[in-house]
Parts: sequence; C-alpha cells; structure tokens
Amino acid sequence: MAYAEASTPAWEQPQARPSPSFVLLRRLARRRLAVVALVVIVVFYLAGILAPWVAPYSFREADFGNIFAGPSWEHPLGTDRLGRDMLSRVIWSAQTTVIVSGAAIVTGGLALGVTMGLLSGYAGGRLDNLIMRLADAFYAVPTILLLLIITATMSEKVTDFVRNVEEWTGIGGLVSSGAPSYLLIFGALSIFGWVGMARVVRSQVLSLRESDYVLAARSAGASTARILFRHLLPNVSNIIVVALTLSLGAAAGTEVALTWLGIGIQPPHPSFGVMIFEGSGLSNLNAHPSLLLIPATVLAALMLSFNLLGDVLTDILSPRRR
Amino acid sequence: MQGLAPYVLQRLLWAPVILFAVSVVAFSLGRFAPSDYVELQAGPRASNETIERIREARGLNDPVYQQYGSYVLNFLQGDFGDSIIYRGVPVEDVILPRVWVTVQYNAVVILLTFVIAIPIGIVAALRRGTWLDPMAIGVFLLFASVPVLVTIPILQWLLAVQLGWLPSGGWEVREFYGVEIGLLSKRIILPVLILTLPGVAGLARYMRAQTLEVLDQDYVRTARAKGLQGFTVVSRHVARNALLPIVTILGFELAALIAGSIFLETLLGIPGIGSYAFESVKSRDYDSIMAIVLLGGGAFIGANLLVDITYGFIDPRIRLGGEVR
Repeated sequence: MAYAEASTPAWEQPQARPSPSFVLLRRLARRRLAVVALVVIVVFYLAGILAPWVAPYSFREADFGNIFAGPSWEHPLGTDRLGRDMLSRVIWSAQTTVIVSGAAIVTGGLALGVTMGLLSGYAGGRLDNLIMRLADAFYAVPTILLLLIITATMSEKVTDFVRNVEEWTGIGGLVSSGAPSYLLIFGALSIFGWVGMARVVRSQVLSLRESDYVLAARSAGASTARILFRHLLPNVSNIIVVALTLSLGAAAGTEVALTWLGIGIQPPHPSFGVMIFEGSGLSNLNAHPSLLLIPATVLAALMLSFNLLGDVLTDILSPRRR
Repeated sequence: MQGLAPYVLQRLLWAPVILFAVSVVAFSLGRFAPSDYVELQAGPRASNETIERIREARGLNDPVYQQYGSYVLNFLQGDFGDSIIYRGVPVEDVILPRVWVTVQYNAVVILLTFVIAIPIGIVAALRRGTWLDPMAIGVFLLFASVPVLVTIPILQWLLAVQLGWLPSGGWEVREFYGVEIGLLSKRIILPVLILTLPGVAGLARYMRAQTLEVLDQDYVRTARAKGLQGFTVVSRHVARNALLPIVTILGFELAALIAGSIFLETLLGIPGIGSYAFESVKSRDYDSIMAIVLLGGGAFIGANLLVDITYGFIDPRIRLGGEVR
C-alpha cells in the first residue's frame, strides 16, 4: 500500500494536504498522556450528561439505616452522613459542573468572546481599542472578589426573576428545582469568561485580516458579518478549541470554589463544592476521610487532566515547535 | 530611555480609570441590588418610620450620583461605613487589623515562592531529557492543578491531626513596639506551607519554560562557544534573561493569593481579611464587602501597575509599543 502511494506522481494525488484540525488531532494522538487526560475529561463529561441514567441512586435518596457505610455492592463508594450513595452524589455533582461550565463557556467564551475577538481584530481602530480596554479592565480585577459581590447581591433578584418567569409562562417548579442558583452562577461566570477568548481570537484575526481570501471576499462585496463568520471564523477554529479547553477547566474550578463558599449551587443539589465543604471538618475527616477524599480525588483528576491537555495543546500549536 | 515617559504616563492614567469602573460596579451592586439593604441594617423588628429615618440619614433618598460621590469621598477619607456583623463598629476599624494579618503571611508566601521556585525551575530546564525531567514536570503539574480547597483540609488533617507536628489553625501574635506580629508563631507554618506549594509549582513550571526558551537563543550558544564555564553561562546569560518575564507573574500570583486566603482563613480560623470577606458575604454586610472589593482591587491594580512599569524599565521592546526595530 505504501509502495503504491509512493509510486503515484505528486500531481495526480487528489488534495494530499489534510485539514488543519486533522493534523491537530493526529499530533494530539501521539502524546499518550494527553490522550489519557482527554479520556478522563470525556468520561467525566459523559457521566455528568448521562447522570439520570448512569447514577444508581438519586442525589437526595437518604438511607438513614445505613449512614457512613464503607464500600459495598449496593454502594461502591460507601454512603455519607445521611446514608446517600457517594458514587451517585459524585455523578450528580459532575452534572452540576458540566451544566455550569458548559453553559458559561458557550455564552461567555463562544458567543461573547469569539464575537468580540473577531470584531476587535477585524474592525481595528476605535472599536478595537474600546473592546481591548474593556478586556483590560476585566483582567485588572481579581475575579473572585467581583464574583463574590455579584453572586451575593444578585441571588434574590435572580430568584425573583425566575419566579416571574414561572408565573408568566405557567411552568411550575423552576425555583424549587434550583434553577436560579444555576442561572446566577453561570451568568456571573460568563461575564468574566469572554476576556481570554477575545484576546486570543483577536491576535489571530489580526494576522489573517490582510490575507488574500479576505481581500477577495471584500472586493466581491461580502458584508462584514459574512467575512467574520464565513471566512475568518473557520480559520481560527483551532485556536478557539484550545482556548475553550483551557477556560472550561477554569470555569469548572470557579464553580466549585463559589459553591464551597455557599453562594453557588444550593443544597440539596450536589456539587463538588458542597461535597468537599461537608467532608472538610476535622472531626469528620478523622472518622470518615473518604467523604473528602472521594470528591477531592475526582476534582483533582479533572483539573490535572485539563492542565495537562492544555499544556500539550499549546505545545503542539506553538509555531516554534513545528 | 526614550519613549519610557509616555509609557509610564499611559499606565499611570489608566489605573484610576479601572479603579473608577470597579468602584462604580461595586457601588451599584451593593446599593441597589438587594431589596432588603436597609431592613438588614435596622433589624427585624424595625417599624416603617425607623426604616425611613435610616434611609434619610444615610442619604439613600438622594440622587444616585450624589450617593456615589459621597461614598467615594468618605472612602478616600478613610470612612468605609458601618459594619453589620459587628454592629456599630466602623468598617475600617474591623478591616485594617485583618488586612495586616493577611499581608503578613502572604508576604512570607510570595518571598518563599520566588526564592524556592526560580532555582528549581532553572535546574529542571537544565536537566531536560534526563530521568528527572518528567518527574519534575509531573510534580509541578500535580501541585499546580490541585485546588487549595482540597489541599487545605488534607494537609491540616495530615500535619496537625495525624502527625501532630503543627497546630491545626488559628493565629497568635506577639507585640513588638506596639505592632502585633504573627510571624514568630508556630501557627503561621501551616498557612504558609499550603499557599506556597501551588505557588512554587506554578512558578517553577513557568520558569522552566522560560529557561528553555532562552537556552535555544543564539547568544547562549555564543557564550558557550567562547568557552565560558557552564555556571557562568547559566548565571550571567540564561538566568538573567529568563527572569525578565517572571516579573509579570507577580500579578497572577497575587490574584491566586487573594482567592486562596478566603478559603485558607475560613478553614484554619485565621482572623484575616479573607475570612472576613466570607463572613460579610454570608451576612450581607454590604459596606464591608464593598470596602474589601475596593481595597483588594486597588491592591491588585497597584501591583500590576508596578509590574508594568518595572517591566517597561527592564525590557525596551515593551515601551516601544512592541515594534521590532
């Protein structure tokens, strides 16, 4: 087969150049650790998405006759202080992380960040200046402080808002399902999620702005929106994927931190923040270290995988290493 | 030095603008978002008249810009409003001693982080390709990845409860000429250790990458070709140039420390500004929250300003606007 390929003259080969994303994937597949990290992330996100079907129990199903149980066939990771199945709690926590980080990345990173970056890089001049100074301002403040004040002050407003939505639309059970806290934390995260993405996309667009195909599209009379989304966007998609990977991990971490502080997802809805907080008391830790160690290990593995994957991706994409 | 003045000026003018934006955001969130701001201050049994009197006395019936103006004026004069947690005590009297506690152990953390991480990073880069390399990268990555809210309880349990080497938390001070200093107590070891570990790992990782960049440069090869000793090449040529961008890391480091001290102080029972931030958010002490956000933001912006200006001095490319000449 290899011989046959080699014997074909170069001019007869149909489009031998593979697409950039294929090259990226192939380079990625060569790094074993990165593949492991990717598998960890995919398993985590799948478990989160499929939680209603995968989790053996509900997150609030308490078995008071069986509290602080060790591993068994019914409860592979044991039970917590209310006799709730730890494995199920971990899976449902993963769902919280998936929902919040996913939603924050789609709105903040993809919608806001990419649009701002494309606009800023392509339009240049005053608009570019305005957007980038705005990004500077967001960057200049420690995020956790503003997140603290936003989530602390806005929680009632958001609950009221969701209650109004319930009355308007007639959909019941939104407030009691914990939707306000999800909405609030995802909103707060997406406000801060666009900055990094916008910067990365902008710098890439700056170098593509003067390229021939953009010039050709412009002289053919294409609108700005068309040039941005049909011509420039596909050519920065690789960079976007990498930036998304990095910020997905960051968003997941921030969600856990805010929930730990008691201003994110409210119990009984599970989150790694709640689980870690509950397991962190010293007396609790002494008697039942697994309550902390199980969620901590899962969270640490996820964060490690994100960082590892991010490292390898930046390494692969950096022009020096090519 | 040509071109440095406009650069510094631009940075200096930019900092107040950001601070202004932060203060407007913090102010509007704190004053107008909660429906029960005054009710909280008045207590659960206050009558409508009392609430109206407080509104009038606090100027809450004035136009918005006037309220903001008087808040900023008061803030600049050191009047941060009244604490709700400690009823009637001015916020500045609660906050400032707590800031001092947090500053003390964080200063030690920053110092230790830089002193330990820089040599480790350089050595890791020089040992690239040996068996030490993947191990070093793995250890750095692991410690930089694990969130502090996981390491705090684990280290606390391990070092204080299981092994009994250190006190499990708290804060102890001794007086020196009227200044309360907590540096000499055994209790400072645990918080410093917890915050230094991820800091060192992150910085060493960055330092290793920087050193590798510099090792590839032509001038390093020239220095080697001249026959300079290995140590001289590393200390004179490699380390110096790799250290330049490290200055910028200080900003990130500070943000991580601000976030870290909230968790750390809450779990270890340290009476610093971080645990107070947590408490005031929980009890909706808006004057305190705002003061903390403004002070924290101010410190962060100030530190980054300092970093930017220092960097402009060190690296001529920055102040020339990134143009290659």
